[in-house]
Amino acid sequence: MSGSTYLDHNATSPIRPAALEAMTEAARAVGNPSSVHAAGRAARGRLEAARRQVAALLDRPAEQVVFTSGGTEADALAVRGCGRSRLLVSAIEHDAVLAAAEGAERIAVDAEGRLDLADLERRLAASEEPALVSVMWVNNETGVIQPVAEAIRLAHAAGALVHVDAVQGAGKLDPAVLGGADLIALSAHKLGGPMGSGALLVRPEVALRAVAVGGGQERGRRSGTENLPGIAGFGAAAAAVLADGRRELERARSLRDRLEAAVPGIAPEARVFGAGAERIATTCLGLPGVPAETQVMALDLAGVAVSAGSACSSGKVKRSHVLAAMLGDDPLAGQAIRVSLGWTTTEADIDRFLATWRSMRDRLSLAVRHDPPPSLKESR
Amino acid sequence: MSGGVDSSVTAALLKEAGYDVVGITLQLYDHGAAVARKGACCAGSDIHDARTVAERIGIPHYVLDYESRFRESVVDDFADSYLRGETPIPCVRCNQTVKFRDLAATARDLGAEALATGHYVRRVVGPDGPELHRAADPAKDQSYFLFATTPEQLGFLRFPLGGMDKDATRAEARRLGLAVQDKPDSQDICFVPNGNYAEVVRRLRPGAVDPGEIVHLDGSVLGRHDGIIGYTIGQRRGLGIGGRRRAGGGGPEGEADTDPLYVVRLEPETRRVVVGPREALAAATVLASEVNWLGGGDGIPAEGGRVLVKLRSTQPPAAATVWPAGGGRAAIVLDEPQYGVSAGQAAVLYAPQGSRVLGGGWIRGIESSAPGLAPARAGRA
Repeated sequence: MSGSTYLDHNATSPIRPAALEAMTEAARAVGNPSSVHAAGRAARGRLEAARRQVAALLDRPAEQVVFTSGGTEADALAVRGCGRSRLLVSAIEHDAVLAAAEGAERIAVDAEGRLDLADLERRLAASEEPALVSVMWVNNETGVIQPVAEAIRLAHAAGALVHVDAVQGAGKLDPAVLGGADLIALSAHKLGGPMGSGALLVRPEVALRAVAVGGGQERGRRSGTENLPGIAGFGAAAAAVLADGRRELERARSLRDRLEAAVPGIAPEARVFGAGAERIATTCLGLPGVPAETQVMALDLAGVAVSAGSACSSGKVKRSHVLAAMLGDDPLAGQAIRVSLGWTTTEADIDRFLATWRSMRDRLSLAVRHDPPPSLKESR
Repeated sequence: MSGGVDSSVTAALLKEAGYDVVGITLQLYDHGAAVARKGACCAGSDIHDARTVAERIGIPHYVLDYESRFRESVVDDFADSYLRGETPIPCVRCNQTVKFRDLAATARDLGAEALATGHYVRRVVGPDGPELHRAADPAKDQSYFLFATTPEQLGFLRFPLGGMDKDATRAEARRLGLAVQDKPDSQDICFVPNGNYAEVVRRLRPGAVDPGEIVHLDGSVLGRHDGIIGYTIGQRRGLGIGGRRRAGGGGPEGEADTDPLYVVRLEPETRRVVVGPREALAAATVLASEVNWLGGGDGIPAEGGRVLVKLRSTQPPAAATVWPAGGGRAAIVLDEPQYGVSAGQAAVLYAPQGSRVLGGGWIRGIESSAPGLAPARAGRA
């Protein structure tokens, strides 16, 4: 195989040159932001500059930013630190939220993978107890944009706090819709920053209880010496995303549209999930009768990196709870891959994907014909 | 790649020989749940070991989630078999279904030309196609657990370790710099890491395990038990009922005056454990079902075929004649009676000379006297 095609930006996006530069610079410099001497003040300066860059991404005041070790920690801090014990989360939240909000009520989604606002409203009305509603901005598996502005309005009307996991939407969508959100989680490496760096934005009205306590960094909301290289990289990546602006996002979306337009001609039986909803540059592509893990392995062996479901640390592909929430027990939920595009994706990547996907489909469909699974029989 | 030394060496040798190798590890069960330790990872350390080896030898490696397939094809059958009073061999079922059916299908889907495993068994291409043979090292031979491999599966399989002994395998692991060279061999059934089968069956089938009576063949009740799953045919120790006074009274000074008692039958319907003297364990004919024939021709010879048969993995083979009994079954008439033959185990057939595996089947029952019309009587079983 010659080189490889990386189409897994929702897992992690390649690092942006400006982020790498900022990280290197920060790592070379000495100084703890909490120290009183000149080196400490310089470090503090870099920390606060990055804080302003990250806040600008969501058009929020810098003091709302609490730096964390990533999206997962930000979600956990929001859910566990917000002081609410009644939790309402969408059924398609990332595991970071689902695991932190153990025992939470799950808000249904429709067949396109959009939050069911009527279900949210019903659940909010069902109890007087003040709740936390957690809804993601963009689903990581389908790319479907969620109606967060409406969800925030409904939740606030019922006296609930709202946490938005904005990991997949930040830098890609207009942050105005998150205006009312009480808590917002971000991750650096999804937008070209480094791994191990993220943030939770907290409105001043929220009495957040810290999980990590100690030196009182981040205004007591998250103790521990700041990961300055990671934070500097995060800030630089956020600035680069803002500088790219809408043109870059439209570019990625038009590449995705080109990919999806070619799908029916290659495999009429294939299905794009959430196609009827507004999405970021992500295609969740079902191929009836072929297990998702087989597709991911076959494409990987041919040099094309995509994913399926969300990867467990063991490396096994878990059945997608997102597609299960959308499709019920349709076996197609276990037969879909995620193709996610980003700032490095080119026309050539799409061509390479389509050619590889075509040959995989033609080969595996032969196997399918020998032993047609129920879902395939139904679809014909 | 299980993460053990055998499959690691298999992968490394094939890679070294120039093949385009893809490593696959099957996640078969929740390791954290099996060892009953809260918070333990579902994967255990074996997946980590396999991944480390794959990285070391430079091959792509994937983990497949086969938990539900394994539960359906292997674990459920294991529990139900125990509840029927049998002593199952889940490793055979696993090879037969999860590995050689499902994994082989995935390997073909990936465009693989063969599926190689670290089993100690040999595949020899004979005049009529691939044959299954015992491993070169009799101490490591795993042919008993592979009798159900169909001729079609055998065509796709490769067993590079079949000609090696364990020391040679470990030496290869050292030479290849694989970190798993000193890992101990796995002994137990993988999803029963502590060896307590009865406990696993109780967990899988809550409420299905009932206490009952321990009864002598002569009808007298000798005691009680807390579930037939705790007993196996031929078991002598741990019955908690001692022996039985010999007819005719005590023997000379110092000699025990009781005959030892053995479990001779397990009756799930009446929940009885039936015990008796050793003679009652004698099997003259073994009835086997789901027979897989690897001896070529049109199946088991209608005029009967001379074979060596293994009725337990640890038992030396015994001379016998096998007859077809219709419906995928066979009657195996033993030259000498065998003792402690248990339903659920495999009857594996070998050529009288040489190392070839002729196939085998699942033991469904025994007859204690050699029948005149073995095939006809077996057909009723």
